Amino acid sequence: MAEKKFEKALEELEEIVHALESGELPLDEALKAFEKGMKLVKYCSGKLEEAEKKVTMLVKAENGKVDQVPFEIREEEAS
Amino acid sequence: MFGFILSVAGSWFDRVRAVPIRAPHGAGKRGVFLNPFQGNTRVYTVSELTEEIRGLLEEQFAFLWIEGEISNFRSPISGHYYFALKDERAQIRAVMFRNKARTLKFLPEDGMKVVAQGRVGVYPPRGEYQMILDYLEPMGVGALALAFEQLKRKLASQGIFDEAVKKPLPFLPRKVAVITSPTGAAIRDFLKVLGRRFANMEVIVVPVRVQGEEASGEIVEALEMVNTHLSVDVIILTRGGGSVEDLWAFNQEVLALAIRRSNVPVISAVGHEIDVTIADLAADFRAPTPSAAAEMLVTEKEILVTRVLDLKKRMENRLESLLSNLREDLERSAGRLHDPRKRLADSWMRLDDLSGRVIHAGRSYLENAKRMLEAEKRALHYHSPLLFLSAMRQEKNFTAQALVRAAGIYLSSRKMSLSMLERQLQNLSPLSILSRGYSITVHFPERSVVRKASEVGKGDLVQVLLGEGGMNCRVEKTDNTMSVLSAPEEMMDRE
Repeated sequence: MAEKKFEKALEELEEIVHALESGELPLDEALKAFEKGMKLVKYCSGKLEEAEKKVTMLVKAENGKVDQVPFEIREEEAS
Repeated sequence: MFGFILSVAGSWFDRVRAVPIRAPHGAGKRGVFLNPFQGNTRVYTVSELTEEIRGLLEEQFAFLWIEGEISNFRSPISGHYYFALKDERAQIRAVMFRNKARTLKFLPEDGMKVVAQGRVGVYPPRGEYQMILDYLEPMGVGALALAFEQLKRKLASQGIFDEAVKKPLPFLPRKVAVITSPTGAAIRDFLKVLGRRFANMEVIVVPVRVQGEEASGEIVEALEMVNTHLSVDVIILTRGGGSVEDLWAFNQEVLALAIRRSNVPVISAVGHEIDVTIADLAADFRAPTPSAAAEMLVTEKEILVTRVLDLKKRMENRLESLLSNLREDLERSAGRLHDPRKRLADSWMRLDDLSGRVIHAGRSYLENAKRMLEAEKRALHYHSPLLFLSAMRQEKNFTAQALVRAAGIYLSSRKMSLSMLERQLQNLSPLSILSRGYSITVHFPERSVVRKASEVGKGDLVQVLLGEGGMNCRVEKTDNTMSVLSAPEEMMDRE
């Protein structure tokens, strides 16, 4: 789903860039295309940056449930 | 305390050294120590004991044959071979020094079953014993390697490794689970790559043991747990490099089946690039190393980010150049746009110029016409009938004179020819001829002029007309040969 939307946006952006590069658009249309293109860039970039950078580790709580705690590399043991 | 002394090794060494193992200065003989349980007992130094062990071992095992499987083989630049020989229950370190190693016809490999000849050596600095080998020969494939091949065949025949059953990598994974040792090099490398690539990805580390008996069971459990409790886009199963034994947990059938059962795509990155495990084969994707697994996850995203940025830049550039082109056009057009007042002045100048030219043209037209009229007039004048008349008159005068002259000439020439004719006429007149002595003979009675003698005959009557008078004569004789040119005497003679 996300893939399709993203891909569609990217495709549309490609088309806008091609249209602009063809140099056949009159100024007002070129400006409209550019504005739309920038919106698509924002959307695509947003999609790409959506996930939050986070590293956690699962731990088993005493009651048998699983919990997540921030994960940090223990350097002295990692070597 | 004794136990500690004997287990001196590795990172404990420094700590142990810090414990005083001898009595302070002058506290009796070397090696004598106060024992809380007994009286005096021989206390060895590490070196002493090691020396004794070494004596025993090296004497006892000075020459022997041994069979086993090579494991953990390595050959540093020194050219010596280091490895372990092992069977199901035990393993022993082995070394083959360069001078002997060089004589081998093959390169030993992990998993290779061999028969070797050598001796046991003890290395006191590390308290280790090992086989120092002089000779080595292969015995066919090692058991672990054989087991690996057998399992691989079995799983392949069950379709576990088929490409068709493998799941595709998710598009832009945002949340991933990493099943690995939380303290291993693998997770560190993995996270390092993600950090370096600025991948905003949620990572959940699922801690498991990655070697030993328990490992495969824990990994299978972790796979099931992630599938049921976590919603992640992809699972990464990883551990760093190690010996075949270290990686053995990843060569288990249960693990392969668990990977295949997973609903979430699994990337397997076990060991180094050359190590291929059953888990690698069963996984949806195999990454050669933990770092490579991280790269697989972020590469697509990076490509997309690059693409979006590139498109953005192209779009901006294009608009920029479009605008600057338009600006240029505008400036050019503005340059062509004149002040109307200037245009008025121009018009005035143009009008002046044109009117000047009109006047000039008119004038020159008139002049031209005048010139032409003049020429016509001249021509007309030239052809004037008056002129013609005078010429006629002149011509008439000429003609009259010529006429007079011609008439004169004509008359005089006529006069001359008349007199000549007259003279000729006079000469031709028979009378003038007759006067000169000639006569005309006429035949009688027809009065025809006789020109030949043959025209008359003897006895004919002829009349001879002379200059003055005539005579009638009778022909006595005719002679055709007689001529004026003949002598008259002759004529007479003929008579």
